[in-house]
Amino acid sequence: MKNSKTNHSIAMTVLKGRTFIVLVVLLIFFSFAAPNFLSENTFMLIAKHVALYGILAIGMTYVIITGGIDLSVGAVVGFTGMIAGGLIQEGLTLQIFGVTLYFSVPWIVLIVIVCGALIGWLNGIIITRFNVAPFIATLGMMYVARGFAMLRSNGATYSDITGKPALGNTGFDFFGSSIFGKIPVGVIILVVIALITAAILKETPFGWHVLSIGGNERAAKLSGVKVNRVKIIVYILSGVCAAIVGIITTSQLVAAHPATGESWEMNAIAAAVLGGTSMAGGVGTIGGTIVGAFVIGVINDGMVMCGVSEFWQMVIKGLVIVLAVIIDQFQRNLQAKIALQARNENK
Amino acid sequence: MNTNEKMEDAVCLRAENISKIYPGTVALDNVSFEVKTGRVNVLIGENGAGKSTLMKIIAGIEQPSSGKLFMGDQEVSFHDTTEARSHGIGIIHQELSLFPNLNVYQNIFMAREKTKGHFQLNNKQHAELTERILAKLEHPIPPETLVGNLRVGQQQMIEIARNLIQDDLKILIMDEPTSSLSAQEVDVLFKLMRELTEEGISIVYISHRLEEIMRIGDHVTILRDGKYVVDEEVSKIDVPWIVQHMVGTDKTYHKRERSIDWSKAETILEVKNLTLPKSGGGYLVNHVSFEVKKGEILGIYGLLGAGRTEIFECIMGLHPEHEGEIFLNGEPISVKSISEQIDRGFALVPEDRQREGLVQTLDIGKNISLSSLKNYVKGPFLDKQQENAHIDEVIKDIHIKVSDKKLPILSLSGGNQQKVVIGKGILTQPKILLLDEPSRGIDIGAKTEVFDIINQYASRGLSIVVISSELKEIIAIADRVIVLSNGKKTAELTGDDIKEDSLVLASYQGHHGH
Ligand SMILES: Nc1ncnc2c1ncn2[C@@H]1O[C@H](COP(=O)(O)OP(=O)(O)OP(=O)(O)O)[C@@H](O)[C@H]1O
Ligand SMILES: [Mg+2]
Repeated sequence: MKNSKTNHSIAMTVLKGRTFIVLVVLLIFFSFAAPNFLSENTFMLIAKHVALYGILAIGMTYVIITGGIDLSVGAVVGFTGMIAGGLIQEGLTLQIFGVTLYFSVPWIVLIVIVCGALIGWLNGIIITRFNVAPFIATLGMMYVARGFAMLRSNGATYSDITGKPALGNTGFDFFGSSIFGKIPVGVIILVVIALITAAILKETPFGWHVLSIGGNERAAKLSGVKVNRVKIIVYILSGVCAAIVGIITTSQLVAAHPATGESWEMNAIAAAVLGGTSMAGGVGTIGGTIVGAFVIGVINDGMVMCGVSEFWQMVIKGLVIVLAVIIDQFQRNLQAKIALQARNENK
Repeated sequence: MNTNEKMEDAVCLRAENISKIYPGTVALDNVSFEVKTGRVNVLIGENGAGKSTLMKIIAGIEQPSSGKLFMGDQEVSFHDTTEARSHGIGIIHQELSLFPNLNVYQNIFMAREKTKGHFQLNNKQHAELTERILAKLEHPIPPETLVGNLRVGQQQMIEIARNLIQDDLKILIMDEPTSSLSAQEVDVLFKLMRELTEEGISIVYISHRLEEIMRIGDHVTILRDGKYVVDEEVSKIDVPWIVQHMVGTDKTYHKRERSIDWSKAETILEVKNLTLPKSGGGYLVNHVSFEVKKGEILGIYGLLGAGRTEIFECIMGLHPEHEGEIFLNGEPISVKSISEQIDRGFALVPEDRQREGLVQTLDIGKNISLSSLKNYVKGPFLDKQQENAHIDEVIKDIHIKVSDKKLPILSLSGGNQQKVVIGKGILTQPKILLLDEPSRGIDIGAKTEVFDIINQYASRGLSIVVISSELKEIIAIADRVIVLSNGKKTAELTGDDIKEDSLVLASYQGHHGH
């Protein structure tokens, strides 16, 4: 009996750290499979990509914990990127006054983030006030946002958005650059957001409320949790995260393309799920999600470096995700079993 | 006496002419109700009488269609639980409303968190207060335990505890708080209720256990079919009086009179030396043997945690690690999975209807027919007509109070939900029906009906095993009773030997005073 218990707890530790173990295994695998993998350049590249998936996945984690989903984030990345690009390149033309306004970069960042927040707020309103299922509401928003991104420039790309000193709007490429020559700014932003959101989830009443909604929404309402408000805030958070990613990615590319971010919502969901977030809601951590984002990033870039075809990349990514969920389920069952044992011992 | 009379006058909350109309149902029809200060105000009525609805209105969960609430001289109206709570009204819900994904103190302090500064949760304080309150309830559970891993009885304690942390509590509404508590736990709760009333807190108490009401109640109000019937001081009434006003006529259970020579009846199920070890040593089920004859009703009595539910879980294949032998129709079977057991003709009506018995998103009819859908298959399709006919039959048979079987399951009152769960078990046409506390939350009238149905099915040859914590009930229904204590079988009683005192005695064997 004792034996099976220690076996269980070993198995449990392995399962809990599984995403991390997978990450290490992947790193070892690719360092053999791809000759240039273990280099500073590779890691810089991966880190830049992980920053994008990671930030999106943080917002997504919050949403999924409440029992929802946000399919619009990829499109919001494209849309907000186009707004940033457009504001730098063309400014804001007010036809009635016949003037064109150019904003400095901090203002542009603010405007873009407010746009992301507004889209998230709209998602939240549609879901809470009009009782539309999150899947449908955000699916609709995905098309609308993508459509507007295309409309902004008629499908064209804003290239070379470095701004002009004469207009006082230079410096947008900062968010895609690296400081101290090594650390991408995106990664720093990711770390800051991750620390803040992790603290909120664990250490504040708001975090409890988010978890409570996913656990039992009716009970949350009866306990006095302002369920609708919490949900709206969570979708706003997701929208803001998407807008930040929109800024970083356009800055990295020094160009805004309306198709940017297509299917990134899937990477974000995958990262969250790999990190142990339960699609049923109520369970998830920011730390886990970040590790999940690293796994997605390493798989993506590792396979590119190995010369795996784009089509096989899709197959492999899909398999990894499904496998992760299977293992997750396995862990839950084991956990329940251990808990049952503990409960019986307490009697 | 004089002070008592003065107390009677003090009314802490008054509900005047409250009506509540749901589509298809008048849940409350012009009901007035007074909560007397510092007393235990009892609300009684059959299933669906409107008790929970009235309490939900007072606690701000539902809004009345018409009628007013007064506290003191002031009219009040609550749009949500937070508003009611700010007036000092707390409610223990009939259906557990906890967060299985969160731990004990998170459940208790949800939406009333203690913080350091403005934002940071003070979990140390949460844990301390939780320990204190659970100690007061004489139910120490480590505050970090995940609530989803607790037993129903423990969860009910959490539900109670979260209401006791409110500082300015004036009225505590308790909607069947004892339905999954053992006698011992009920004693603790009653002691606590007395402490609360002495502090001047008013309690509204709902229960179907009438003996309890005679013990703890001060003033009784009876509802029937959404209407006020009568109210009276508990000191002036007795149980038959209550029953009479509740159901309109006098109803008690009568002992089953069946003169069958069971030694001649064929044995359907035989369990030999069933053992379920605890992982830390010792046993949950300790070498228990029994048999069930065709058409027999076997009762299993014992205190909470005596291993009753575990026996059912073993038989249904939830614990493949159990030891011992199980024979079905004389042939040994190896019990590995639930679906296998269902195919063999076993059916289980579980203890926790919300979590294990009902699919909340489906309507009433579908919930009833769910586990027997394969009986209505015609080719690849469902034979709707046959399905509906069966559903209607069950609804009629078990007297489920429902205006339309297409309504969502949660619109039924608690007791009627339980009837649905039982109906569901019966529709699968099992050979052996396992009922775990089938009368939990059902009123006396409905109980008699449910027992009639159980009897009826037993006489048609169905073998039934019933777990119950209620003495009168198990005496009334079982042909034979086995008693468990600490996982061991301590008695097996038949016929006239099934008496309250012998059952209680056997259930305490091996327990040394607490
Ligand atoms: N949301 C709802 N929609 C429709 N009908 C409802 C709803 N809630 C309750 N009812 C109906 O109102 C009536 C009163 O229900 P209520 O829950 O108050 O009964 P109760 O007295 O608490 O019964 P029990 O003892 O079984 O808990 C029932 O007939 C029930 O079906
Ligand atoms: Mg009720």
